[in-house]
Formats: sequence, C-alpha cells, structure tokens
Amino acid sequence: MLDAQARHTPNQPTTDVPPVITLEGVTKRYPGIIANDSIDMEIRAGEVHVLLGENGAGKSTLVSMLSGLQQPDDGHILIDGIEQAISSPATALDIGISTVFQHSMLVPSLTLVENATLGRTWWRKPDRDGTAKEMNAAAQRIGVTLDPMSVTEDLSLGERQQAEITRALMRGARLLILDEATAMLTPNDAARLGELMRRLAAEGMAVVFITHKLNEAVAYGDRITVLRLGKKVGGLTPDALHGLAPEDATAQVVRLMFDAQDTGDEKTSPPQIDTIDRTVKPRLEVLALYDESGRVPLSNIEFKVWPGEVFGIAGIDGNGQKQLAKTLAGQTKISDGRIVMDGDFIDQKSIGQRRACGLRYVTDDRMGEGTVGTFPMSINLLLKEIGKVPYWQRGLENTAAIKENAMTKVKDFDIRTPSIDTPIAKLSGGNIQKVLLARELSDDVRAVIFEKPTYGLDLANIAATQTRIRETAQNGAAVLLISTELDELLSLSHRIAVMDQGRIVGIVENTNGARHKIGALMSGAEK
Amino acid sequence: MNTGTMTEAKVTKDIQQKFKALSRVFMMSLGPVVAAFILSGMILMLLKVNPFSYYGYVFGRGLMSPTGVQATLTRMGPLLLIAAALIVAFRAGIWNLGGDAQFLIGAVFCAAITPLLAPHMPVWCGLLIGMVVSAAFGAIWALVPAFLRAYQGVNEIITTLMMNFLGISFASVLVKLAFLDPSTTVPQTRTLPVDARLPSLFGTTISSGLIVGLVAIILVHYMMTRTAFGLRLRVVGGNASAAIHAGLSVPLLTVAVFAISGGLAGLSGGVAILGQYGNVRADWNPGYSLAVVPLVFLARFNGFASIGFVGLFSVLSIGAESAARRTGVPNYFTLVTVAILLVMLAISEYYGAKRQKAGA
Amino acid sequence: MTLFTDTFLIALIAGIVAAGVPLLFAGLGEQLSEKAGVLNVGIEGMMLGGAYLGFYVAWATESVGLGILGGIMGGMLVSSMMVIFCVRMGLNQIVIGIALTLGAEGATALLHHVKFSRLYPRLPDVTTWRIPFLADIPIIGSALFDREPLVYLAIALVPILFYIYHRTHFGLALQAAGDKPAALDSAGQNVLAIRSYAVLGCGALVGLGGAFMSIVGAGVFVPFMTHGNGFMGIVLAMLARGRPLWVLFGAVLFGTCLSAATALQVAGVDIPTDIVQMLPFAAVMLVLLIAGRNAKLPAALGASYVRGER
Repeated sequence: MLDAQARHTPNQPTTDVPPVITLEGVTKRYPGIIANDSIDMEIRAGEVHVLLGENGAGKSTLVSMLSGLQQPDDGHILIDGIEQAISSPATALDIGISTVFQHSMLVPSLTLVENATLGRTWWRKPDRDGTAKEMNAAAQRIGVTLDPMSVTEDLSLGERQQAEITRALMRGARLLILDEATAMLTPNDAARLGELMRRLAAEGMAVVFITHKLNEAVAYGDRITVLRLGKKVGGLTPDALHGLAPEDATAQVVRLMFDAQDTGDEKTSPPQIDTIDRTVKPRLEVLALYDESGRVPLSNIEFKVWPGEVFGIAGIDGNGQKQLAKTLAGQTKISDGRIVMDGDFIDQKSIGQRRACGLRYVTDDRMGEGTVGTFPMSINLLLKEIGKVPYWQRGLENTAAIKENAMTKVKDFDIRTPSIDTPIAKLSGGNIQKVLLARELSDDVRAVIFEKPTYGLDLANIAATQTRIRETAQNGAAVLLISTELDELLSLSHRIAVMDQGRIVGIVENTNGARHKIGALMSGAEK
Repeated sequence: MNTGTMTEAKVTKDIQQKFKALSRVFMMSLGPVVAAFILSGMILMLLKVNPFSYYGYVFGRGLMSPTGVQATLTRMGPLLLIAAALIVAFRAGIWNLGGDAQFLIGAVFCAAITPLLAPHMPVWCGLLIGMVVSAAFGAIWALVPAFLRAYQGVNEIITTLMMNFLGISFASVLVKLAFLDPSTTVPQTRTLPVDARLPSLFGTTISSGLIVGLVAIILVHYMMTRTAFGLRLRVVGGNASAAIHAGLSVPLLTVAVFAISGGLAGLSGGVAILGQYGNVRADWNPGYSLAVVPLVFLARFNGFASIGFVGLFSVLSIGAESAARRTGVPNYFTLVTVAILLVMLAISEYYGAKRQKAGA
Repeated sequence: MTLFTDTFLIALIAGIVAAGVPLLFAGLGEQLSEKAGVLNVGIEGMMLGGAYLGFYVAWATESVGLGILGGIMGGMLVSSMMVIFCVRMGLNQIVIGIALTLGAEGATALLHHVKFSRLYPRLPDVTTWRIPFLADIPIIGSALFDREPLVYLAIALVPILFYIYHRTHFGLALQAAGDKPAALDSAGQNVLAIRSYAVLGCGALVGLGGAFMSIVGAGVFVPFMTHGNGFMGIVLAMLARGRPLWVLFGAVLFGTCLSAATALQVAGVDIPTDIVQMLPFAAVMLVLLIAGRNAKLPAALGASYVRGER
C-alpha cells in the first residue's frame, strides 16, 4: 500500500436491533482439516465488519457459507435473530446477501445490463433500457460511474467490481460481502473501494470486508474479527477500534493474527547499495526493448543488472510486468531491441538455450504455467530438464536419478510432501512455490526473474522465499524482482524501477526517501 | 518422510492398505465389466434369450473353438494399432476423432501399391514398403488438422471429424477412379496374392499382423510412460501453458502427435490389407476407430489394459456373429454391450473419485 | 447450359431440403447444447433414437403427428442419459457421447430386429402443406412451398432460436452457463438445471431430425440410417458458433452437395457421389486453412460444473 488512507469518522451503530446475521458455533470440515471451527460472529447493519486472516485461516469457507455455496456441518446461522439455512445462492440473494468475489462473477461475454438481469423470469424479454436506468441510478447513489451497455470483458477489474457492487444494490442487498476485493486492484481503485464501503455503511448497509491487509482493515473497518487456522482468535469492537490510534490498533491485530510473533521485528534493513561493483560488466542488459504482442505493449525498456544486485520492478499489476518477464525468459518474441547476458545477445535464443545460459524464471502463475498439476512432484521438479542426463539416458527415464534429485530437493528446500510421487496440485501453495524455487535455483544460476514471488503465500513462506531471493543475489546472481508489494521491494532491492503502461517511468536507488519517490512515480506525479 | 520404527500395528496397517488398494483396482476395472455383463444379460432376458446360452455361444466361438480363436486374434492386429494411435493422441490431450479416415487412406494406398510391387521383389520387401506407405499416408491425412491445431489454434474435434468424412469419401473415389482393378467388374483395387501377404503364425490362420499390433501398442505404452519424448507429449497434454513455460515447442510436438497417431492408424489399415483382406472394395469402412475409442478409455490409456479390452471386444464381435445365427440376436448387440461397459466404467470412475475426495 | 433444366433444378432443390433439414435440426440442437457448455458428441445416437421411435410410433398408430412426437421423445430419451451422466454426474462428455452413439446404434438396430425382423414396412407419404401463391412459383414453388410441416418447422426454428438466444432471459442464462457457470450460480440460477434443459432441448431437436429422416424422408427405418448426419451437425454447430442463421447456411451448403450427385444423375451426368459429397468438407477445410483463426467456443465447453470448484 502506498500511504495509509485517512481514517474515517465512526458511525454510531445502534445495538438494540438484532444483527443482520448471527453465527453461532458454525463449523465446516473438509477431509483432513477443520476449515471453520465453531465460529461465533455478529454482523450488524451500518457497520463495516472486517474479517482478517492469513491464507488458509478459513475466511473463504466462511464467505461461501454466507453466500449459500457451502453448508455448515455444525452450528446455526441466524438471520435477523431467527434461525434460517442459507441453502443456495438463490436463498442468499432472497435474504439480501450479495457477495462480490475476488474473481469477478460477471459473464465476460455479456454486457453489464445483461449480467444484472441474470436470474429473472426465463421467457421474458430482458428490459435492457429500464435496467440500465436502474443501474445508473444505483451507481449514482453510491458515487460510481459506469456504462451499463458496455461488454464486461472490455472493463478493468476495478470497474467490474464496482459494477458488481452496483448490481448488489439493485437487488436490494442488506449485506454486502467483499471477498479479498482489493487484492487485484490498483492502490487508487482500492482506496476508492474503501470510500465506497464507508458510504454503503453510512446508508445503513451491513458490509463484510475480507482481507489480509492490516492497513485496509484498520482504515475502513468498524469492527474486526481475526481468524487463524479456522478459529476465531479475537477481534476489535467498534469502541476499541475507534478508541485506538491506527498504530496501536494494528499492533493489537498483529498480535491476534500471529500469536505475539510480531513480524515487524524481523524486518531486515535494505541491502547496502555500495556493495555492488558497477565497474564490472553487467550480468543482464536490456536495451531499447519493444514488444507489441501483449495486451500492454512494452516500449523502450532499458536497464542493467549487475551480479549480486536485486533490481526491483514496482508498479501496479497489469502494467506490462508479466510481459517483460515473458520476453526476457523467451516465452514471447520481442519486436525490437536487444537482451544481453554476460556480453552475449540472447534475444534470439530459445527458452531452453536461455536457461542453459543460466537465466531462470520463477513464474507467479504457479498452477497455470509453472507446473502440471496431475504430475508427480518429482517430475515437476524436472519439467525444464526433460531429456537431460542423468535423469534420462538416451531418452529413457532413469527412475533412480529422478528419485534422488527429488529427495535432495525435498531436503534442501524443505518441501513438505507426503511423497515425491504426490501430484503437485495436492500440495499447499507454499510447497508448490518451494518446488518452483528448487527447480529454478539449482545448478549454474546467473540471473533470476522472480515474478510476484510471495503472492498468495502465508507469512512463514513469504519469509522463506525472501531469504532465498536474498541468498540468490549474495551468491552472485543478478536478480530481477517483480512485485506489487512495495515493502517487499524496499526490503530486498538495491534499485527499483517503476513500470507504468509498458514503460519504465523511473529508476530509484533504494535509499532514504525511496518510498516517497516510488509513490510519486507510480501515481504519475513525476514523469 | 520420517521412517520411524515399524511397529507391528503399522505392518498390519500397511497390509490392510495394500489389500484395500488392490481391491480398489479390482473393483475399478473388473467391477464395471461384471456389471455390464449382468446388465446385458438382463436385456437378453427381455429379448427372451437365455443370457447363459448366448454368452456360451459367444465365448465358445470367440475363445474356445480353434477357428474362432484364430479369427479373434487376427482381428486384434489392426484394432491394437488403432488403440496405439488413440493412446498417443489422447495422452497428449488431442482428440483425434478421425482415425477411420486415416485407417482407410492408409489401406487404400497400401492396396494400390503392394499388388504392383509384389511380382518384382521379395515378399518381405513388398510388405515393408506396404507398411511404410500406409503409415505415411495415414500420417499425411492427419497433418491438416495438425497444422490447424498447432499454428492456428483450430479445435481438432471439428477438423478431424471433417477430415474423417472427407477421407472416407476420398478413399471411395480413389478405389473407383484411380486404383480400380481392370480385371474385374467389382469396384475394388487389385488383390495382393495370398503368398505375398503377411505370413500366418505357426501354421495357424492367425495373421502376423497381431504381432505388429502387439509390438506397436507395447512400444507406444513405453514411449508414453518411460521416455523423455513421451513425457514431453504428456506435458503438452497435461498443461500446454506449462509446456511453453518449460521451453517445449508445443506446435512441433502437436504436429508430431498427429503424425504418429495418424501413422499408426494408417499402418492399421495397411496391416488389415496385408494380413487379411488383400484389397479394398469401394465403400468399405469397418469403422474400427469409433469402436476402439471406448476401449482405450476403458483401459485408461494403458497399453496393456488396452490389449485386454481389445481382446475382449474381438471375442465379443467374432462370437456375436455365430451367436447371432444360433440365437437370433443380431450382432449389433455387441455395440450395446460395449456402450453399457463404458457407462459402467464412467460410473465406477465417478464413485472412485468421490470416495477419494471423501477421505482416506 | 443444358444442365440446368427444370427437372434438374426441381430434383436439386427437393434434394437440398431432404438432405438439409436433418442437418439443420442436428446443427441447431448441438448449438443449443454447446451454448450451455455441454459438448454433445452423442447426437448421432439421439438422432437414431428419434428416427426409430418416431418411425415405430408412426407405424403403430398410423399417425404422423404422433410419430413426430415419438421422434422428439426418442431423442430426449437418449439425451436424458447425457443429462444424468454428464450434467449431473459430471462424467467425461466425449466418452459418454461416443458411448451413447454406439449404444443407440446397437439398441435401435436391435429393437428394429426384434419388432420387424427382416421386414422394412413403409409408411405412407406424409401430407404436405401447400402455401397459397408461393407454391405456384415455377420450379422452386413445389420444391419449397408445398412441403411437409416438419420442413417449415425446421426453418421457423432458426428465428425462434435466435429470439430465445438474444431476447429472453433464458438465452442469457444459456450463454452464462457456457461462458461462466459460476457467475450464473452466484446469481441464484441453477446451472445444472439450465444445462439439463439445454441438453434435453438438444435431444428433442435432434430427435426431430431423426424422425424427419425415417418418417418424411425415407418412410422406413433402416439400422444406422442417420449415416453420420449427427457428426455433421456437430461440425455445423462448431463452425456456426452460436448463430442459428449460420447453421441454416451450413445445412443448405452441405445439403446441396449431398443432393447434387443424385440430381446430376437425374440430369444424366455421371459423377461419383463421393466426389460431390467431399465438396462441403473440402471447402470448409480450405476456408479454415486460409482464413484459419481461433474457433471461439464457450469458455466452459466440455467442463462439468461443480459448485465451489474453480
């Protein structure tokens, strides 16, 4: 997050009316884990109720029960003080519960209006004009502008979310659930969403806001409930929350979330900039790089990374970072420019040849392109080495060598897996990332692209991954660190470039005031 | 991964688990077969036919009588090659539904060329050329969908289906116009003399096409499960984006899959000609490919299991012809049995997956 | 040109209708199913189900109307298997589709054998509806406007389906079920129900196509009589990508080629039927090769929907 948002003035919710939703001892079990263990919670009108917790804390399960996608195994859900089962999404909508999921739940090929009319009487003609008017009115009420006739797939994620909230309002929602709604948004859009939440609460709506970002929780919430490992471990009432200074509130929540293990203490100081020897030949050079094939064309990208250096790339998601990583790794062809490694041009080389030169790419799309989910973890470790000796001898699989490699990697990278033959999709996100790191960071590593390496991981794995990145650079490799988390970049990088719409708008040395300079570059003030 | 001291309880637990796993495998593969036979038997009873005597005739002829077994084994040759063709494609995530045309094109070119060559060269040489030619033309026929899929991203289900219609008609045209045997009035190609055909095995009438089929399917099985090339194909089939990310040339591998698959289907046509038929008659289309698709699924793309199911299917289809004469149940009944078998398998898979999800 | 005599043209147009109508039904049916995200490879079997049951009912009751209803039922019967196995249980759509085709091929042939043994009784000709004035136009009049009601129904289905797809909430729901089923679910609609209706509707349409072949076209049921018409319907639907009018164009194009050979023989030109029958497929493949671009199919096509799985 850039700057902490201004704190709102608290509403004064009345406590005499029964809560919109009351959870009593709600429990949900999945094979092997208890996702929600006897959760008690009250959701009141006119409040923004923040559900805070790490990945795997059970937030999503709770949301899916409130929105009718899952049923609790135990416990009761009371609506307006009366017990009622939320047996399906339709029931949830009838009750007045609308959910905006992290991944947009609009049909991409339909217009916003058509999406808003989904679920009405079948044989009727959709009243497009009337619905558009309604939609505009609802949007106006909450200060959102949108074009109801535009096709969903042409809109940005932020716009889609606003449209979904508008749709919820049109349906007469009394409770709006926002599931990790800010995770995919730009800082500006996230701030706008925060304001919107405050406005909705002021209108008397109940809002449940799920997040793992502390600053957002403190900035927008009236009441905070913290979940950890499926259990409710505590929370802050409105009185407590509004009575505390933001820092104190944050500290208290952190204690709840991580059981007194304050992560702030571990924060290492940023790396020393003068340790990098810039007189030698740079390890990786990118010269006037253009690439028009992607959704965000890259234009005139230029930078150099020296051995041992971590070169951060900051920027709001979707400004060409993925494209840059892919072109460097060789997955897309460049339109113009050159890529140089150790003095050799590598831009015409194939993916495999670049890897052989020592260029590695840790993708953020771990399940989408990083692994084959149904394949054993041992094979996924060698996905980029298929056919190479000693794992394959004259094209034939050498089972012993493959197994040995997997055992070594499991030990070296602390991969927690039932067996090396387990399909990788069955591992947790953190362990999948360890498999990827094990695959990319072994043998002769000369330059590594880390793309959002800690995205979606829990704290322990974030720390482990960041340590790997630091070690990789200390061992003499050039590191390109693409991240949307500014704190991560500031704690790891020597220099940080800011990307905006496919260009590098500035490169900042990571010294005092770097945070401010980067913020200014990102918001477009300094160009 | 810690190996603690093995207590006795753990040993028994291990045995129990192994037994459980074994019984699950048994349930998953033989259960559906048994269920399918029971259901088909009930249908037979509805038709007022005693299922025991019907299946008695089927297996008596297809499995027990000497001539029947030989016919069964001979039929297995081309079917196994088709199965090999489908395993390569399906494991690589490609739905090659055009096997019938690839089979026919291979058969027609083989039948056109080999009778002309036969008088001028040793038998083995003619046979070899015949097989190469049939495989080559089968592969060529598969290349159009291959390029469309690899470089234009056109869904191969449509293109292979269209090439199937196109190929079946084209094969007929070739037989009627280009490769017509001038010495007969029947529209068919020249006939390969019996002594120039694939030798039969050990003094029986079993065609050595069976050997070709067995070798092909076992090779394909090992290629797909044990070699680097097979793994590359499976990566493409499992997750094409991961294949690109890992630096594999997805278009090239896609073309290779189509070529191998089409080549094996074409070879199947060649073996059918060289081993059994000797010529191609106009409008001949045994429709092996569509029949083998379900068998390969039943075998879960495993080469050895495919041999079993292809064998079972051959017994059923050879036996059904004789049972038809004796009991009056037409041999279409085999189709019903295979369909029921497939549905039973799908259901067992469904419950297997459900049980796996539910725990343990 | 002496080729284009009146007899030739009349034979040609009548042939296009006879060959095109089953394709139109099959293509429209498959399109309905694919729109909702179900790749239905079993329509060959559904067509045969419609052809047999339609014929049998028409023969037993001596009523064409009831026979056509029987055709609808026959198609829906086979498609209900698809609903149970693929939509409800989420099994592989291609495997079940092929199983249904094989099973229906065997079952209809078997039923015919049990009922009729080796006899092939013929149905009387179906009465035609003569459209005043239009039917008097020379050549095309009698071939197009003095036809069996089922022909008019097939053509009327094109605008009807267009209206349903674009002007009703059901149409929107169908598209959502094929494109983003989770969105439909979270909007409170039952994805599985909508897909089930689509597949049953597909069965009904395809069954009509089969009934047309046995009752109107041939007047007789012969085992395996659909001869790949169902698979051609799949091709048509995939090429038309959700546009009913394109299915009509495709059916006319394919129908023309399928019937041209017969018409040419009527005109005294002897070209092997196979060559003419290759034309539509060759033409489409050529277009794909030259203009080839991604055939845009519904995003969730072929994938079963399980709530909560992403």
